[in-house]
Amino acid sequence: MSSIEVNGKSFEVDEEGYLANLNEWEPAIGAAMAAAEDQPLSDEHWDIINFLREYYEEYQIAPAVRVLTKAVGKRLGKDKGNSKYLYELFPYGPGKQACKYAGLPKPTGCV
Amino acid sequence: MGLLHTVNKSPFESNTFDACLGYALDGSTVLLIEDGVYAATTGTSAAEKIKNASGVTFAVLGPDLQARGLESKLADGIKVVDYEGFVNLVAEHDSVQSWL
Amino acid sequence: MAVKKFMYVNRKAPYGTVYALESLEVVLIGAAFDQDVSLAFIGDGVYELTKGQDTKAIGQKNFSPVYSALGDYDVNKIYVEKESLEERGLTLDDLQHLVWEDEDEDYAEKDSIRLVSRAELADVMSEQEIILSF
Repeated sequence: MSSIEVNGKSFEVDEEGYLANLNEWEPAIGAAMAAAEDQPLSDEHWDIINFLREYYEEYQIAPAVRVLTKAVGKRLGKDKGNSKYLYELFPYGPGKQACKYAGLPKPTGCV
Repeated sequence: MGLLHTVNKSPFESNTFDACLGYALDGSTVLLIEDGVYAATTGTSAAEKIKNASGVTFAVLGPDLQARGLESKLADGIKVVDYEGFVNLVAEHDSVQSWL
Repeated sequence: MAVKKFMYVNRKAPYGTVYALESLEVVLIGAAFDQDVSLAFIGDGVYELTKGQDTKAIGQKNFSPVYSALGDYDVNKIYVEKESLEERGLTLDDLQHLVWEDEDEDYAEKDSIRLVSRAELADVMSEQEIILSF
């Protein structure tokens, strides 16, 4: 297990950089992970990250990209519920990248 | 005081529960754990057998019942114990037979 | 890719063995492939859907909320065998209320669970092209 340092505290992450313990998450951790990947985070990014956390809280899974797209469209508006919008925000894949910043495991079925 | 029998299989899935009943003598206790807790729920033929088995004490492990969402389905006459209660039962009985 | 009729048959209670969770993971992964998916819950499998599951005290993950996400994955044909419920002293009221949202009808919520008899389910099963059993 490796770890990342955020505000003087150390947090365990797996070999791909996903947070080991979901409950330890705080926004600063997501920000630090993004900064390490040179990924700036706007309010639009945080909308998705927060949405993913809420989804996980309710259903105990990180949604597949297709499911995320559909759900974002419903919650945040049709103009945002498409993969073009989500991939522009998270070029490495909204599932993988946004879930990582949200402190969630990698989405099931996402290899 | 007698044996403590534990059963960890669903009565619908295996004959472990029935096998155990055949060996549960007066003064012994049958503790239902893991998938064995399904025998403790109302409206099942297993619960009917428990009702008719006089002389044997029946208990169920609460955390396993809770995990399966069946606390409200517990049949009458079955005692709920937690992990500490499990340990106490082990201590109170002469020996433990863990049916698998 | 041609759409095939997939059925996942669930016959094991949750938590005591790993089958229920494994099945759920395969269903979620398979849902990415846009197939015609149905789930059957028979025997102890009906216990997977009970509401009010709380696993804190046994130290295992409570995966029952995942069933309510199945609608989002377009998995909305969930067959529950009537005889299996009755044998276990259960009714539909003891199970989670699973729904899916019909995008074509302004996200109208529709029931996912279909209560069927063993004979009816046998017919549905015989119409499947691929059956995966857990």
